[in-house]
Amino acid sequence: MFVAIVLVLLVVGSIAFHFISPWWFTPIASNWQTIDDTVNITFWVTGAVFVAVNLFMAYAIIKYRHNPKNNQPAHYEPENSRLEAWLTGITAIGVAALLAPGLYVWGQFVNVPEDATEIEAMGEQWRWSFRLPGKDGILGTTNATLVDINNPFGINPDDSTGLDDILISRNNVHLPIDQPVKFLLRSKDVLHDFAVAEFRVKMDLVPGLVSYLWFTPTRTGTFDILCEELCGVGHFTMRGRVIVDTAEDYQTWLDQQLSFADIQAIGPGDQIAGQALYTVCSSCHGSSGEGNIALNSPKIAGQHSWYLRQQLQNFKQGIRGTHKDDVYGQQMAAMMAVLADNKAVRDVAAYVAALPSTVSDQNLSADLIKDADLEHGKKLYNTCGTCHGANGQGNYALNSPRISGQEAWYMIRQLKNFKDRVRGAHPDDVFGPSMSSMASYLRDEQSIADVAAYVTTLTTDTGQSKESLVQIETDQISLAGGG
Amino acid sequence: MAYVAIADKGQDLSHPHSFITKYIWSQDHKVIAIQYGLTAIAVGFVALLLSGVMRLQLGFPDTFSFIDPSEYYQAVTMHGMIMVIYLLTALFLGGFGNYLIPLMVGARDMVFPYLNMLSYWVYLLSVIILMGSFFVTGGPTGAGWTLYPPQAILEGTPGADGGIVLMLISLIVFIVAFTMGGLNYVTTVLQARTRGMSLMRMPLSVWGIFTATVLGLLAFPALLVSGIMMILDRLLGTSFFMPAIVSLGEQTSYGGGSPVLFQHLFWFFGHPEVYIVALPAFGIVSDLLSTHARKNIFGYRMMVWAIVAIGGLSFVVWAHHMYVSGMNPYFGFFFATTTLIIAVPTAIKVYNWVLTLWRGNIHFTVPMLFAIGFIFTFTHGGLTGIFLGNVVVDLPLSDTYFVIAHFHMVMGVSPILVVFGALYHWYPKITGRMFNDTLGKIHFWGTFLGTYSIYLPMHYLGFLGVPRRYFAYEGINFIPESAQTLNEAITIAALIVAAFQFLFVFNVIWSLFKGKKAPGNPWNATTLEWQTPQTPPEHGNWGPELPNVYRWAYDYSVPGADKDFIPQNQPPGDNRQPPITTPREQPREVEPA
Repeated sequence: MFVAIVLVLLVVGSIAFHFISPWWFTPIASNWQTIDDTVNITFWVTGAVFVAVNLFMAYAIIKYRHNPKNNQPAHYEPENSRLEAWLTGITAIGVAALLAPGLYVWGQFVNVPEDATEIEAMGEQWRWSFRLPGKDGILGTTNATLVDINNPFGINPDDSTGLDDILISRNNVHLPIDQPVKFLLRSKDVLHDFAVAEFRVKMDLVPGLVSYLWFTPTRTGTFDILCEELCGVGHFTMRGRVIVDTAEDYQTWLDQQLSFADIQAIGPGDQIAGQALYTVCSSCHGSSGEGNIALNSPKIAGQHSWYLRQQLQNFKQGIRGTHKDDVYGQQMAAMMAVLADNKAVRDVAAYVAALPSTVSDQNLSADLIKDADLEHGKKLYNTCGTCHGANGQGNYALNSPRISGQEAWYMIRQLKNFKDRVRGAHPDDVFGPSMSSMASYLRDEQSIADVAAYVTTLTTDTGQSKESLVQIETDQISLAGGG
Repeated sequence: MAYVAIADKGQDLSHPHSFITKYIWSQDHKVIAIQYGLTAIAVGFVALLLSGVMRLQLGFPDTFSFIDPSEYYQAVTMHGMIMVIYLLTALFLGGFGNYLIPLMVGARDMVFPYLNMLSYWVYLLSVIILMGSFFVTGGPTGAGWTLYPPQAILEGTPGADGGIVLMLISLIVFIVAFTMGGLNYVTTVLQARTRGMSLMRMPLSVWGIFTATVLGLLAFPALLVSGIMMILDRLLGTSFFMPAIVSLGEQTSYGGGSPVLFQHLFWFFGHPEVYIVALPAFGIVSDLLSTHARKNIFGYRMMVWAIVAIGGLSFVVWAHHMYVSGMNPYFGFFFATTTLIIAVPTAIKVYNWVLTLWRGNIHFTVPMLFAIGFIFTFTHGGLTGIFLGNVVVDLPLSDTYFVIAHFHMVMGVSPILVVFGALYHWYPKITGRMFNDTLGKIHFWGTFLGTYSIYLPMHYLGFLGVPRRYFAYEGINFIPESAQTLNEAITIAALIVAAFQFLFVFNVIWSLFKGKKAPGNPWNATTLEWQTPQTPPEHGNWGPELPNVYRWAYDYSVPGADKDFIPQNQPPGDNRQPPITTPREQPREVEPA
């Protein structure tokens, strides 16, 4: 009896929950209203069955509960073919009624409209990049075996159609409103999934093949791209954004992007020019880039040039060093006038990257890490090492700077900044949010000190960091002006 | 008749004498069943603990210093794999299959008792290997229970060193164990039924376990080969599943393989696996409902054919797990159609369970409560399956919490409710003691209401688009603050449900010593296991004579009979009862040979 009442309450409660729940589909931003309609049909049909079956069961339980007084025996009826045939028939019709619209809409999904523009989304652990066909309207051929630091997309250099391809080595891509777009999906390493909740459609990226999906954005705005196929320890940090623009805004954005050929044409930074520029920097960071705790200037010698360029550009464009709690970052941002243009940034980065990284003087940070638990730090570093390398050497592909040899005081401050979203929270910061998400697992100051202390024990014998010929990261950011 | 003489050689059974041969290296199917059951439940508690780790992180992110992203993904992976394979599959087939099949079909033991014993010890070995992966460098694999390559065997995924290798080896060993057990169950059902026990007189429990075992024997080889292939990819550098890959910025030597091939193999096993768990639950719950409602199962033949049909169809729906996998999207039309077809026999089963209650004489025993709870949760989980099976509806919901909520309702909560119902139901037969009824009822309500309050709201996170397998969610614009509050509530509910399970453990242990002594047939049930001369049944089960079967398993409340049940082995005529005039399908009296 009681159980029947509970069943009724659960049914009523489930319905009530549905109507009270603030959690439901995000407002749609694509042409796939038909998907929402199919979901709704399914919801109401199955919901009705759920209510009917359970209320009937509750009724049966109340009506036919055992009553010790009269002990009414159960009815003996092994089968009722007529009833069973009816139930089977009705269920089959109901199922067909759900399937038909589903298959119809799926037919729309697999058939891409002829006028859809193609764009490639490429996934890798744990970031997105995008490629647009250039003026010729054709995406050049690619091959994973061609991927290296100077050709991150693996574009076939012998294929002339690839030269004008527009490369966007950032997590953010723009789309024009009301224009059907077919995303060609490609992965360099493992499975990923391109999903934007507001567009409704999603599809996996599979290394070795090209999958696709299509949609038409129907309203302007910024939408999160999430990776929705488990892709390793950084899976949850693999985010991107689609910015849907009006046609004019889109064109403005598009005109600022560089093609494969443009990027190849940019030469390496000039160390001699960089040395001259570095004179100003050296007053804080030291003549050999060793840093100065008193001036809150980190050690920079031997850092990868691509990372230096990226951070310098971030400072220059107000992406870093603008948060009100980032006092020292603000000081750095104020200095950026020294570096007048992209070339200056490239040159000084090249010079600093070439400075030998001496073993850091731990006395400066000794106080901060004197109570640190190195064993605990080592355990915590397991996850960090995936991107920053087991020896803290950094990794271009993961956009992770070198951290070996860095001073503990600086790492502690930056980890706190990431964790508190003082750093990495700017909407145009492309890779900072990943680090912010990751830093969230360093739960307290002690953990931060432990891991920083452990990193100071790492040594990387790199001498000089790898200089990348291509300035994909920074030059594009500078031209695009963020966003 | 399928009766075979080997089943009746009671005097030839070598009766064990020492404690070790009786309880450790035992060849008695009942002892092996208990060994399987206890091991599975123990390892299930490990998985429960791991789900606690996950829920703590999701409910209270940025709080617990012992959970980092690697550990989170390892907990996710091990929780899933343990629950699906090492708990549910092992418990339903190795546990209930072993205990029930010989007793229900009237055999003295499995046909190959030695192989049966070996099956358990090999299973235990697989569990030990699996647990060993917690202690190797890098820890257990964190690739997700689906173990998708390339990620499962590449750096960047926790446990890519030793964890994944041990996981694959453990699975291979498990499959060896399962095959030894499975061949035994199938052979026993087909060859060792007692006189009069025709296939269409078997209790649905046996039908469910039997069909599930056949599915397992056909499906596990797909997992076996994919496991071996992945080990080769990982250790010898072959490229079955590995195309040309740039891993963490470095070119690898892989090339030419297909990650999607693994998914096809995995789900060719993985989907039948759902039914390997579900079909025994379907069968068992049918018997619980019938016994405790004092009424024959409604539409027995239809129930049998539905089990068989679901089993068959389960081999042609696998790619509905892969709608967004990047496979040729045209497959979607086929697999959505087959998937929705399978909804029909499944719905019939639900109708027939409810119609079994209809015009019954329902006793609210603990097993009955669990059975009713099962109908509720299974209906819910089955209906949400229609969302995910209908390819285009799957697009927005795939890889979100809707999927988690769906499969936990349908193959987590529902089968587990049946497991508990079944354990309470057969506990008197297994131990000779009654369990504590009040504790059992408290356990039911805590589990049933608790799990529903975990999973109902979780569907709505999925509608919202919250992705699964995320360690942390900050910075995603479309997820409101309230979603975090909901996650907190879900975590609290999950912890409460977990706590209730210790009540069950306490009840099992306490009743073993303090429980009332159980009569041989406390539920007045018709099936053979309740008619054994001793309780618990001794080695050989039946004493000198095997039982003869004269009727189907569901003669409850037969009009005119003096009691509301007629055991299957009760000959016609020695009780006042009508000749068999009931509907045409009522199995006829068959004189034993």
